[in-house]
Amino acid sequence: MKVAFSATGSDLDSELDQRFGRAKQFIIVNTATNAASILENTQNMNATQGAGIQAAQNVVNAGATAVVTGNCGPKAFQVLQAAGVKIYHTRQPSVGAALKALLAGELGEANRANVEAHWS
Amino acid sequence: MHTNIIQPDVPPFTLAIASGKGGTGKTTLATALAEAAGIPVTLRDCDVEEPNAHLFIQPQWHSHMEQTRPVPLIDSERCTACGACAELCQFNAIAIAGGRSMVFAELCHSCGGCRRICPAGAISDKEVAIGTLDCGTQHKNPAAPINFMQGKLAIGQVMAPPLIRATKQVAANELLNILDCPPGTSCPMITAVRGSDFVILVTEPTPFGLNDLELAVETVRQLQLPFAVIINRADRGDAGVRTYCHANNIDIALEIPWKREIAAAYSRGDSLCDAAPELKGQLHTMLQHLMCREETA
Repeated sequence: MKVAFSATGSDLDSELDQRFGRAKQFIIVNTATNAASILENTQNMNATQGAGIQAAQNVVNAGATAVVTGNCGPKAFQVLQAAGVKIYHTRQPSVGAALKALLAGELGEANRANVEAHWS
Repeated sequence: MHTNIIQPDVPPFTLAIASGKGGTGKTTLATALAEAAGIPVTLRDCDVEEPNAHLFIQPQWHSHMEQTRPVPLIDSERCTACGACAELCQFNAIAIAGGRSMVFAELCHSCGGCRRICPAGAISDKEVAIGTLDCGTQHKNPAAPINFMQGKLAIGQVMAPPLIRATKQVAANELLNILDCPPGTSCPMITAVRGSDFVILVTEPTPFGLNDLELAVETVRQLQLPFAVIINRADRGDAGVRTYCHANNIDIALEIPWKREIAAAYSRGDSLCDAAPELKGQLHTMLQHLMCREETA
């Protein structure tokens, strides 16, 4: 399983970015091999609109099958869901802690967006 | 009684009333100019998110036409989910997920690029309602009626420019065309002032007024439009706006003083010309100068 974590930094000690669409970047972890890669999100951090949609598109294009983040709005949720990407919301402080919780089966799969649509 | 300020063979003159900062007096001035012209004019309320010039003009309405804008309609049979449209869209209004395309119409700016780039010819235009275009006439001065029109964005709609363009495009015979523009310096304001013969930037002598005036000046300079400033409530506030205008060679076409009578008239929906009759002549003279300036330019 390839899991995309919204992150404020580049390693597993990084804070889990609570924002999905405007996350600083994504760390994509392959749970089978423990390999990790970085997916930049700079463009969406500064997008005037549709950051969630584009971030979701990029995560889908990167081949992720799950997303772990703090909050996910309805449009991003719709795109991820259409692509069959599972979404997990968590308040875990770091990417590493969130990964651990995911692997321990402690995170429940979200069946809807947990924040409203927003313009900025 | 003023004499006609335009000769019949002169082409129509479009004067845009804009500001940067909201609440400086664009509508007050635009409606007063329409009255002070002394000739038949077209007045277009382009502030489609909150059109309020009609409150002062009180036109007899002739028509309310539903307006639409195109958004992409994707034929799922033809779509190959190649992603060309999603990649092109600068507004993130299309995504490809799970082997199909998804359109987020509320983010679409109706540029039509997706339809043109689609290699499968799967995208057509779907018209969605965005508001109404309302037309009417004010006959307060029978010799100089005001041909009035406004765009009114429907509740929940956020894309003002298509409706502003529609409001500007209604054909009219009057030789003076006055545009009451939206505040700010983003797409709605730019759509409204673009193509005008002259722009009046209404401001107030406060730090807020100056800050937003500077942004508006940069915008109209970028658009290469001739412009001048009118200072409203000119005897209040500070000297910042005047200092800025002098330092940057910007004409101050008129200063309108703060007056209780003007504020009271505004709150009743009465015109500036009725509340301060001395201004009517000044506005008329200013219009004459602007239009002559254009002729000799």
